[in-house]
Amino acid sequence: MEYFVQQLANGLTLGSIYGLIAIGYTMVYGIIGMINFAHGDIFMLGAFAALIVFLILTSFFAGIPVALALLVMLIIAMLMTSLWNWTIERVAYRPLRGSFRLAPLITAIGMSIVLSNFIQVTQGPRNKPIPALVTDVYHFGDITISLKQIIIIALTAVLLTIFWYVVNKTPLGRAQRATEQDRKMAALLGVDVDRTISITFIMGAALAAVAGTMYLMYYGVATFNDGFIPGVKAFTAAVLGGIGSLPGAVLGGLLIGLIESLWSAYFTIAYKDVATFALLAFVLIFKPTGILGRPEVEKV
Amino acid sequence: MADEPLLKVQAVQTFYGNIRALDGVDVHVNRGEIVSLIGANGAGKSTLMMTICGSPQARHGSIIFDGEDITQQPTHLIARRRIAQSPEGRRIFPRMTVYENLQMGAGLDNLRYFKEDVEKIFTLFPRLKERQSQRGGTLSGGEQQMLSIGRALMARPKLLLLDEPSLGLAPLIVKGIFEAIKKLNKEEGLTVFLVEQNAFAALRLSDRAYVMVNGKVTMTGSGKALLANPEVRAAYLEGGRH
Repeated sequence: MEYFVQQLANGLTLGSIYGLIAIGYTMVYGIIGMINFAHGDIFMLGAFAALIVFLILTSFFAGIPVALALLVMLIIAMLMTSLWNWTIERVAYRPLRGSFRLAPLITAIGMSIVLSNFIQVTQGPRNKPIPALVTDVYHFGDITISLKQIIIIALTAVLLTIFWYVVNKTPLGRAQRATEQDRKMAALLGVDVDRTISITFIMGAALAAVAGTMYLMYYGVATFNDGFIPGVKAFTAAVLGGIGSLPGAVLGGLLIGLIESLWSAYFTIAYKDVATFALLAFVLIFKPTGILGRPEVEKV
Repeated sequence: MADEPLLKVQAVQTFYGNIRALDGVDVHVNRGEIVSLIGANGAGKSTLMMTICGSPQARHGSIIFDGEDITQQPTHLIARRRIAQSPEGRRIFPRMTVYENLQMGAGLDNLRYFKEDVEKIFTLFPRLKERQSQRGGTLSGGEQQMLSIGRALMARPKLLLLDEPSLGLAPLIVKGIFEAIKKLNKEEGLTVFLVEQNAFAALRLSDRAYVMVNGKVTMTGSGKALLANPEVRAAYLEGGRH
């Protein structure tokens, strides 16, 4: 039982990270109907931005409190990735809007390769380790929960609450949902559609940067191709939860995190990805729209 | 300036790809007028409505609104000049509630006048009040039509464009909507430009009207004059009287 709870905690941590990335996929898909395959690399850029900020902080401001360092890392990583994702949308996706459906998809794959290669060339191909930032652990009987796990889960919960509020209760969120549902009508009501789409990319990137920073803090290492596997997993999470659905993305992320941890704990770790993708296949066969995806039965 | 028409469409041509949908259209709407545009299916009526809003943009000609050239402006900036449209197909946001759809209409003023305006809309269309927390996509056609007009009115428009407000509605509701338009026009000086299949009702309501055939305006005159015109009667009224 303790072992199970322990794995549950590990799974939730991993799932939170996937969930944060998955939101970026699902929002962009919702609003312009494309899969931004570069989003995983935006997450990786976030981890690298945090890494570089960390190195700068520790070399120039030795003795800086860890909490402050983490906060600065988070904020700068969010700003950097937002700028990146905004630029990518501007130069690579916007000119293709209204083109055939595959065009932005291919471009997104291209951008993904560009980003990971850019980091490989400028930062080097080797693993970049950082020392453990947060080392506190708490024991509950036989269960060990680390402070970094608590930080990740709590931060995810807080961000999701804020995010949910923005999307559902603010004029910006309304404009986003309107753009998603009928872009032309949104424009007829005075919504600046291009700007709304840009903001969506920025929001997705900011969450990916949080995920990247948390990933760096959790595993203590970043590599240029870190965007790929977590990116694919997060994309899977978005599809599993129902692409286009925000709660779905989080649910999918948590599910995948849990499956990975539990599978690794009770079965062979080598097959954990097989288990994840098998579940995806299974869900898509019986519920093609994903767990919380909406069936297309609207009048209009 | 006051004598200038509020909206002046001059020699406008609009294309879908290589197909010319509007072929040199001249139309104007004066302040405080109700003007209608009648014509057969595919004549280009809805295209003209959308071209005024810059979606698609006119390839030739000019559109002057309130003294300013809006021909090449993006749609959202045209909307911010207070041209509100209840477009063809109603285009209700299906996964937003009725209330949220109305909020979208009032986005230009950041909901500043929302409370008082929404009460007016609910008085005009009590049905919407009952349905306010229901999703737009679940409304009946008539309710969607009311919502679409209500949403356009929420923008406090200087010019209201209505594309087929009577489409799919029961005659009694059509009557209600036309009375509401008339009332807004009389009491608040709202300028209205509407497209209608229901030519009889539209001509009776309107100060002036245009008849459109194959992307061109072929006839114009006061509502009364067109009602009496034998050609118009033959083409759009006889047998079509509701």
